[in-house]
Formats: sequence, C-alpha cells, structure tokens
Amino acid sequence: MNRYPLWKYVTVAIALVFGFIYTLPNFFGESPAVQVSSAKVTLKVDASTQARVEEALRTASIVHDGIQLDPVGVKVRLKDTDTQLKAKDAIERAFNPDSSDPRYVVALNLLSASPQWLTSLHALPMYLGLDLRGGVHFLLQVDMPGALTKRLDSTSADLRSLLRDKNLRHGGINRDGDRIVIKFRDEETRVAARKVLADSATDLTLAEIGQGEDLRLIATLKPEAGKKIADFAIKQNINTLHNRINELGVAEPVIQQQGADRIVVQLPGVQDTAKAKDILGRTATLEIRMVDDSPGALEAAMAGNAPFGTEVYTERGGSPLLVKKQVVLTGDRLTDAQPGFDGQTNEAAVHLTLDSAGARIFKDITRDSVGKRMAILLIEKGKGEVVTAPVIRTEIGGGRVQISGRMTTSEANDVALLLRAGSLAAPMDIIEERTIGPSLGAENIERGFKSTMWGFVAIAVFMIAYYQVVGLISVIALASNLLLLVALLSLLQATLTLPGIAAIALTLGMAIDANVLINERIREELRAGMPPQAALSEGYERAFGTILDSNITTLIAGLALLIFGSGPVRGFAVVHCLGILTSIFSAVVVSRAMINLVYGRQKKLTKIAIGNVWKADGASTSAVDGKN
Amino acid sequence: MEFFRIKKDIPFMRHALVFNVISLITFLAAVFFLATKGLHLSVEFTGGTLIEVNYAQSADLEKIRGALGKNGFRDYSVQNFGSSQDVMIRLPLRDAQESAKQGEQVMQALAAEAPGAELRRVEYVGPQVGKELAENGALALLVVIIGIMIYLAFRFEWRFSVSAIIANLHDVIIILGFFAAFQWEFSLSVLAAVLAVLGYSVNESVVVFDRVRETFKRVRGLSTPQVLDHAITSTISRTIITHGSTQVMVLSMLLFGGETLYYFSLALTIGICFGIYSSVLVASPLVMWLGVSREQFIKPKKVIAEGATDDGACV
Repeated sequence: MNRYPLWKYVTVAIALVFGFIYTLPNFFGESPAVQVSSAKVTLKVDASTQARVEEALRTASIVHDGIQLDPVGVKVRLKDTDTQLKAKDAIERAFNPDSSDPRYVVALNLLSASPQWLTSLHALPMYLGLDLRGGVHFLLQVDMPGALTKRLDSTSADLRSLLRDKNLRHGGINRDGDRIVIKFRDEETRVAARKVLADSATDLTLAEIGQGEDLRLIATLKPEAGKKIADFAIKQNINTLHNRINELGVAEPVIQQQGADRIVVQLPGVQDTAKAKDILGRTATLEIRMVDDSPGALEAAMAGNAPFGTEVYTERGGSPLLVKKQVVLTGDRLTDAQPGFDGQTNEAAVHLTLDSAGARIFKDITRDSVGKRMAILLIEKGKGEVVTAPVIRTEIGGGRVQISGRMTTSEANDVALLLRAGSLAAPMDIIEERTIGPSLGAENIERGFKSTMWGFVAIAVFMIAYYQVVGLISVIALASNLLLLVALLSLLQATLTLPGIAAIALTLGMAIDANVLINERIREELRAGMPPQAALSEGYERAFGTILDSNITTLIAGLALLIFGSGPVRGFAVVHCLGILTSIFSAVVVSRAMINLVYGRQKKLTKIAIGNVWKADGASTSAVDGKN
Repeated sequence: MEFFRIKKDIPFMRHALVFNVISLITFLAAVFFLATKGLHLSVEFTGGTLIEVNYAQSADLEKIRGALGKNGFRDYSVQNFGSSQDVMIRLPLRDAQESAKQGEQVMQALAAEAPGAELRRVEYVGPQVGKELAENGALALLVVIIGIMIYLAFRFEWRFSVSAIIANLHDVIIILGFFAAFQWEFSLSVLAAVLAVLGYSVNESVVVFDRVRETFKRVRGLSTPQVLDHAITSTISRTIITHGSTQVMVLSMLLFGGETLYYFSLALTIGICFGIYSSVLVASPLVMWLGVSREQFIKPKKVIAEGATDDGACV
C-alpha cells in the first residue's frame, strides 16, 4: 500500500531537478560588468556596436570574460571591479567622444556569474528589490485634471477659429471648469454652430441651455475622449521619463505605469536623489526654426564666423545645418505627433497636430517660405538637436502637418517619439519616495538570510530529535519546499524584497505544520494498534483533508494581501502565496515518495523510526478509544 | 521522545466559561487601549518623511535636533534606531512640493551642524498615498474575513465559520491592542503579519473542527462537549509542535532580522500565542454554544438523536 507507481517517483524527481537547476544561479553570485545602451531613440544598439565595444577594449588592452548582446544593450563581463572601472572609461571614451552630448549610456552593472548553459535555460538569479540592492524608488502622480484642462484650453481656441472660418458670430468662448461655454445672441446661429461643431469636433458632447438673449452651448469632453487623453498623457510621460533617465546611466531602470494615473520609477544603485529628481522634473522644449540656406553662409559658419542671428547644428545624418536663432514655433503648440503613411505616395511619414494658434502661425510661415527648409529642434539642458529638417512644399493650413520623404517606417516612429518626448503631457508630482543606501541593502540580505537559516536549523534539529527517521524525511521535504520556492521565484523573476525573505521564513515555519500533522496522525494510528504499513498510509490519507483546509484558509489571506497590498506588502504576499502552493506539494507528495522509498518496499515492516510511541498503560480510558 | 502523554481526554469544555471570560477581559483591555491611546501609525499611513542616518560613532541627538531646528523644521522627532549610531528622523507632512525635498534639506542641515552622517534610507509618503494604504488595508482585512467565512461555511457548517472568525478576529484586536498599549509602530509589514496570522490561526480551528467532524461521524453516543474535548486533546500535541516550529522561525527573525523585521515578528509572536489559545479554547466553546450536534454531520437518513441534544448544552 505504500508504493508509488514509477511515474510518481519520476514526477517528484523531475520537480526536484527543476528546482535545483533554477535555484542554482543564486549561488554563483554576480560578476562586475559594463553595459552599453543607446541614449537616443534614434540610435540602435546592434552587432556592430558589440564589435565596436570589443575593438575599444582591445585598444585599451583590457581582457574581458565574455560579451553579449541583448535587447537592453551590449554587456561585457569583467574580472574584477578595477578592470570594470577601466573598461568603463575606455568604452566611454570610444563611444562618447563629446562628453557634453552622450550618445550612449555606459553604465556599471552586475551580471549573474552563473555559467552560460544555465542562462540559456532562462535560469537567472532572483531579482532583488531596491531594499536589498539599494537605490531610489519614486511614485509619481500624473496630474490628469491638468492634462484635461490643457486640452480643453486648446480645444476652445480651436472652436473659436472654427466658428470664425464658418462666419458664425458668437458672444465669447470660455472654459469654465471642465466644460466650454459658448455664448450666442440668436437661436439661428446657435443651431448652425451646433451643426458645425457636431461635424468637426467629434470629441465633444454638446448641450443647449439658456433662453431669449442669453443663449449658450455647453461643450464637454466625451468620457472616451477624456480616457484617450489620459492614456496619451501617461504614455507620453513614461516616454519622456525613459529618455531622461537614460542620461543618469542606470543599468536597469524600471519605469512602469501603476493604476490609471501613476508612474513608478525605480533606479537601482542610484544614490544621488537630488540629481535624479532634477532630471525627472526637467522640461525639454521643442522649437521650430528656419534654416539659413543662403549660399556660402554654411561654409562661413563652419569656418568660424556664422552670419548674424544663426547657429550651427548637426543633423541626424551628421551633416551640419545652419539654423536661424529666431524661434518660429515652440513645442507648446504641438498637441500630437504620430507615425503614419503619406496618403498619396504611401511613404512613411510623421503626422503632427498643432493647436489653433500654432496652425495660424504655421500657415503664415509656410506661405512665405515655400521651397525653403525648416528645422525642428529638441532643446534640452540648453543644448539643441535637430530632429528633422524638412523642405516646405506648399502652404500648410489647418494645423495638420505631415513630414515625409526619405524616411523608413522605423525612422518615422523614432521621429514621432522624439517630437512627443520633448515635453511632459501633464505635470507630475512625487507622491512617494524611498531611498535605500547600498550598505543597508547588503545588511538586509544578510539579516533575512540569517533569520531563515537559523530558523530552519532549529526546526530541523527538533524534527529529527522528535520524529527520528520520519522527522528527517520531513526536514528533507521542507528543504525541497525551500528549493522549489526559490526556483519559482527565480523563474518568475518576481522581485524579492526583505518582507519577501520574511515570507520565505514564515512559509517554512508554517509548512512544517503539514508534516507535523501527518507524523502525529501516524503515531496516533500506531498507538491505536495499527500495523506500521497501514499506519503510514492512514496517516497520510487522513491528514490530507486537514492540510488542504488549513492551507486554503492561509491562501485566502495571502491572496487578499496580494490584491490589496502595495509596496512591501505585495512583496510579502507574492512569496507567501507561492510558498503555500509549493509547501502542499513538498509536504504531501515529496515526503510520501520518500516514505515509500524507505519503508514501502519492506513487506514485514515491524517498526517505524518515528520516535517512541507512548501508549497509555492498560485499559484505555479515552472516551473514544473505548467506543471504537 | 513524546511530549504529550495524555491518558484521558482533558475536560476543556468544563472550563469553557472561564476561558471565554479571560478572552473577553483581554479583548476589552485591547479595545480600551485602542480607543484611548490609538495606534502609532508609521509614515506609510500618515504621510510624511522618514530619514535613517548612520554615524561612525555614537550619534549626538541634541546636535541633530539643533541642526533641524535651526533650519526651520518643525514637529520633528529624532530617535535612536536599533543602536546608538543609527538615528531615525521623522518629519510631518508639509505641502506636497516642499515635502518631496525634505530628505535633501535634512542631509544638508546635518552636514553643516552634525557632520559624518551616512544616509541609509529615506522614505517620503504623500498624503493621498497614506490614505489609500489605510483604506486598502481595511479592505484586505474585510476580504480575508469574508473569504474565510465563506470557505468554512462551505466546507463545514455556518456554526464553525462563525466561531472561527469570532475567535480569530479577537486575536487581531488583541494584537492591535498590544501595539496601541506599548505604542509600537504600526507599519505596512505589521499589517501583513496581522493578516498572515489571521489566515494561520484559522488553520488551528480548522484542525480541531476537522477532528470534531470526524469524531461525530465515527463515534456514537458522545455528548457534544465530550466530542470537543476529544478533538482538542487528540490534536493538542500537533498544535503545540506546529506553533512551536513556527514560533522558532519567528523568533529567529526577531533575533536576526534587524529593525525592519522586528515589529513584523513581534506581531507574529503575539498572534501565534493568542492564536493557539483562542482558536482552540474560544472557538470550540462558541461552536458548542451555537448548538453543533451529531445530526449536522451524518446523512439525514440515519438520524439518531442519542446523546447529544439539539442545543448541545448538556454537561
């Protein structure tokens, strides 16, 4: 009765091997590395970058322990931290000759030192949270009402020009809270205006109020339009943050949306919060200026004497461009930039949308400068970069601008992103901040590890002393639980925090419950006079229902924490829930498999080493025993 | 080795009233402390800034206070944290824009007046986050209670689920009472500990109830108190050993886990101790008083009314 079919042993063995392989990377520690990634959206890191990195290291005669290219960038593994620093300097010099305008992020990083075959199995060490590795955590709240107000302001300006174009006289257009109020003097105009607005401003819901002389049309944003604006605002802010954080040279920044209007930024290893905050809060601006194409001007400028009122910028292709200092239009007037295709030629293009004031200015310039070039510049930290410099083909009115010609689809994507990235769609506030120093992080790991280890040792000593061989089997089952839990955490790459380590310890402390239940049950059956083989089987059978019940109630608490918890509580809950699942498997299946291996084969089993089973002398006086 | 050599079922139910009175007194004391002293909530719930710095030598708290006062901070608290070298500085919320910069301002102030501070940790929590966390915490507690009640009612019977929840909720109140009475800091991780304990000590009741159900089904002619006594007695060694093991783990966290895990493990310790008591000695009498009986567990065909009465209130 205590035999498992072969497939069950095989399943247990596979589970343990799996656990072992995926736990393994955690023991290799980390080796210093240098990571090169792109600091510009337009710059891709590929095999040629890898070759350049190798070349740079060879020139500096630095020996590396391996180089790899992944979606993040090129990573070079190095022997020690001294070499790491030397390599970083060498690569920095090769990749960013102009230190005031870095094109690549060259950052120090740590790579798992586990062998290649493990990494190729996706067996990676656990992902440590900020409280264990040190770093900065920000929670930013995007000011959505601000974004909506900004949008409504530009919409009311649009409506004004729309009504003027149609020659409809109104008595004023004003934003009042989250609605736009348009006044009219007579019913006729209002009806006509309503028709026009319903056709061209599809984002708005219109309502009529007032009577006699005081007629009004109330326009509010449709809920779906509001949602679209909010989505757009948060996406754009995340993009902008990405670009800015690239400058900090952080190896693995985390920038994620949380909830509808929040953004989490985590910068492992960064200690200088002041600089981080400065960079997060900075605004970049977009400027449209005219290009000076007059013959000889560029040559003169290159020779060092630029004509009055102009400056030299470099185009993305690398060729110099002489741009007038006078700003025609700023990024404030740009409401959207999307990649797309030219309607006629089917070429890749970028579609810009300007607000009404911007559209008017744009119309005037383009009328006057057909055939000339204009430059769109991204100005950040007082330095400008030419995003694109298209030729004006015709007069462009209506605020919808298309930039096309000699662009690939991916270039169009990049340009659109750059244009949008210039500014934040909505202001943001820091509503939560955590900085953890590196020494505290290392200390936290040690504390968590020590607590778990000593707790485990104490439990193991007790279990073996109290239940002997069966106790040893329980301890092995508990160890396999730890193995599987760590393997799962490594596989899922769930973030491990200090509360997470506490959850590992607590889960182990609770998981032993299942084995105690089983062992006590076996003793009880033995006490009741059952033969050993039957007692083993009964003990497992009877305890199982109880184990399931008790684990499910714990799981309910764990899931509630997972759903409603945030920050440290979440880290605790993830590990706690996973731990409950692995503990059911290890306490019931793994320990049973071992019991079967040890005792199941012995036909005439007379004794189980489960400690002395004490029996009440003589006639039992327990009420139940008497009636059994 | 065997710790528990119990010859007879221990007549727990005979003292049911005493256990419940003790419980009630502890409970009322906890409520009293909660009402009069209130919880000492951490920055996570109240909002504000918390800065932990470390000095190479013993820190001069007076100097630090002076530095803060000179730089225009108000209502700050400066305390040692763990050792004489570690200092915890707490600052209340100001208006949002300013609060976000408090961390740096404090470090600047310290650099000028009490140099040598190494920044260990800064935590700033804005007002809206704190409120949300408190709300979510309460919601989590509610969901746990409802979830466990539904599960137990489905798996056992409503009487069990009601008594288990009453018994274990009273644990939660007692843990909170301790935190209020001693003004220990109640943080998010303590909340996690409280909820974990709630799930865990319901286990205890489940184990006993499982035995109750099994005994009711297997053995005829026992009165309800006898069944309960038997169930508790036969699971008591497991109860003690299991909780002992968990407590060993928690103790290890208490000793080696440092300040961060200190209150977390403290909450677990209280929870485990009172969990044993309440889930065994409070939940079981409650089940009895709610009128559990044999009929509720056997198939309706075989209704046998011997022994137990409907209200189960026999002695």
